[in-house]
Amino acid sequence: MLTLKNISKTFNIGTVNEKKALQGLDFKLNDGDFVTVIGGNGAGKSTLLNMIAGVFSCDNGNGKIEIDGVDVTKMPEHKRAKYVGRVFQDPMRGTASDMGIEENLAMAYRRGKIRGLGWGITDKERKEYEKLLAMLDLGLENRLTSKVGLLSGGQRQALTLLMSTLKKPKILLLDEHTAALDPKTAAKVLEITQKMVEKDNITTLMITHNMKDAIRMGNRLIMMHNGKIIYDVSGEEKKNLTVKDLLAKFENISGDELANDRMLMN
Amino acid sequence: MEIIFGAFGQGILWGIMALGVYITYKVMQFSDLTVDGSFATGGAVASVLITLGINPVISLLVAIVAGLLCGMITGFLHTALKIPPILSGILTMIALYSINLRIQGRANVSLLGEETIFTWAQDKFNLSSNLLNIIIGLIFSVIIITALYWFFGTELGSAIRATGNNEDMVKAQGVNIATMKILGLMISNGLVALAGGLVAQSQGFAAVDMGTGAIVIGLASVVIGEVIFGNRFSFAYRMATVIFGSVIYRLVIAGVLQLGMRSTDLKLFTAIIVALALALPVFKNKIKTLKYSNK
Repeated sequence: MLTLKNISKTFNIGTVNEKKALQGLDFKLNDGDFVTVIGGNGAGKSTLLNMIAGVFSCDNGNGKIEIDGVDVTKMPEHKRAKYVGRVFQDPMRGTASDMGIEENLAMAYRRGKIRGLGWGITDKERKEYEKLLAMLDLGLENRLTSKVGLLSGGQRQALTLLMSTLKKPKILLLDEHTAALDPKTAAKVLEITQKMVEKDNITTLMITHNMKDAIRMGNRLIMMHNGKIIYDVSGEEKKNLTVKDLLAKFENISGDELANDRMLMN
Repeated sequence: MEIIFGAFGQGILWGIMALGVYITYKVMQFSDLTVDGSFATGGAVASVLITLGINPVISLLVAIVAGLLCGMITGFLHTALKIPPILSGILTMIALYSINLRIQGRANVSLLGEETIFTWAQDKFNLSSNLLNIIIGLIFSVIIITALYWFFGTELGSAIRATGNNEDMVKAQGVNIATMKILGLMISNGLVALAGGLVAQSQGFAAVDMGTGAIVIGLASVVIGEVIFGNRFSFAYRMATVIFGSVIYRLVIAGVLQLGMRSTDLKLFTAIIVALALALPVFKNKIKTLKYSNK
């Protein structure tokens, strides 16, 4: 499904601020995997997602990214969007605030297609959007033409989720998409996430700072440190993990302490 | 009365230029200064073609194409060469000054004795030139607003609007934002050049400096329209407010000229109007804070 081979990414090469964000990463994602990603600040989690989405290019010539058998290593971001659905941490980034809910959805509905001079939204789509929005259970189905800027952060994230899965992506990338929300809203958005991923059996990578969520959700968990995957666990073993186990594991493997404030607070 | 009519006519013709500014400034959130150059380019192309005996309507179509190219250059500078928006526009604008002189061969091209849309209509309907400006301007405005309303409702137009709103989102939805920006700039400058061609035909000459300050006049029209008529209702309504804004701007100018202001001070006056209109949100906030603190 998704294969990363020998992926390295260095920022500010040749300066004192040189930062090796990813170091020769190898990673394979199976069809239908729902992987949670944890790790400390600067571990390379977001960089990993950005590499997959095509925001950054690989350091070296022999790194390779394949999605569903297609080599996308050199493919620009907007072309890769055909395969990749994304939800960002910042609720403002995933939606166009001056445009209506239906207009945002219509943009997403045409992901990976060439945009021509046909109508931006059809009536048939509107009916479909209403149904899908009703599933979010946020009352958005009656506000199709409302500007997205009027929605709350949680509503915007839920809408972004819907947009990123409207055309089933090969991979869904969630970059701490609930981190900017209050706990109650975050829980709701996570619930919606679970529902959507399960409904279409979408292959998903989800970064989270909440270790409980990382254990509870998905079928596989990876832990990152210094640009490498230091722990990869799935199946029964993952289900039986506890936060304590994870912390111990981290100290064990990295010789470092994982506990930053944000993770402990959770 | 004639003065008011004159202002109306000028306002509507220049309003088409302001529509171009509206597309970059409001829809795409791109401060495009190409306008000063592409307006004169439109005038130059249309006028030179007319003196060569080309049909005035066709001369306008060619002017539009010239404007599209101007926008494309600015778009290229910004997207491919990563030059900031304002600088990209300035570079094209300056370059166009030389190019416009080349097109015209001299600083002014007179259309005296040539057939333009306006002389043709005058012969046909025998109306005053001010009234003709209004009627022809309105016909063009209605066609343009209808076309733009349609276009920005299409898949492509929506993608351009969204690019002005949130580039991250548009990229994530698989759209090449560079293409969208170039397209938007092309459409905008195409309109500006069309307005340049119309204004040249209406006044009976093209001058290489006729575009100087056009961007500020365009901005004035956009912000006056928005301040007076509000940023609401449909996209078509908002485009119409730009034309109204342009008319009001001309009425104000006609007013202050009547009151004895020197015509050479107009640009200063316009800049002050725009600065004040743009600063309006700051004033509103200040007043709100004052009211609140007095309670």
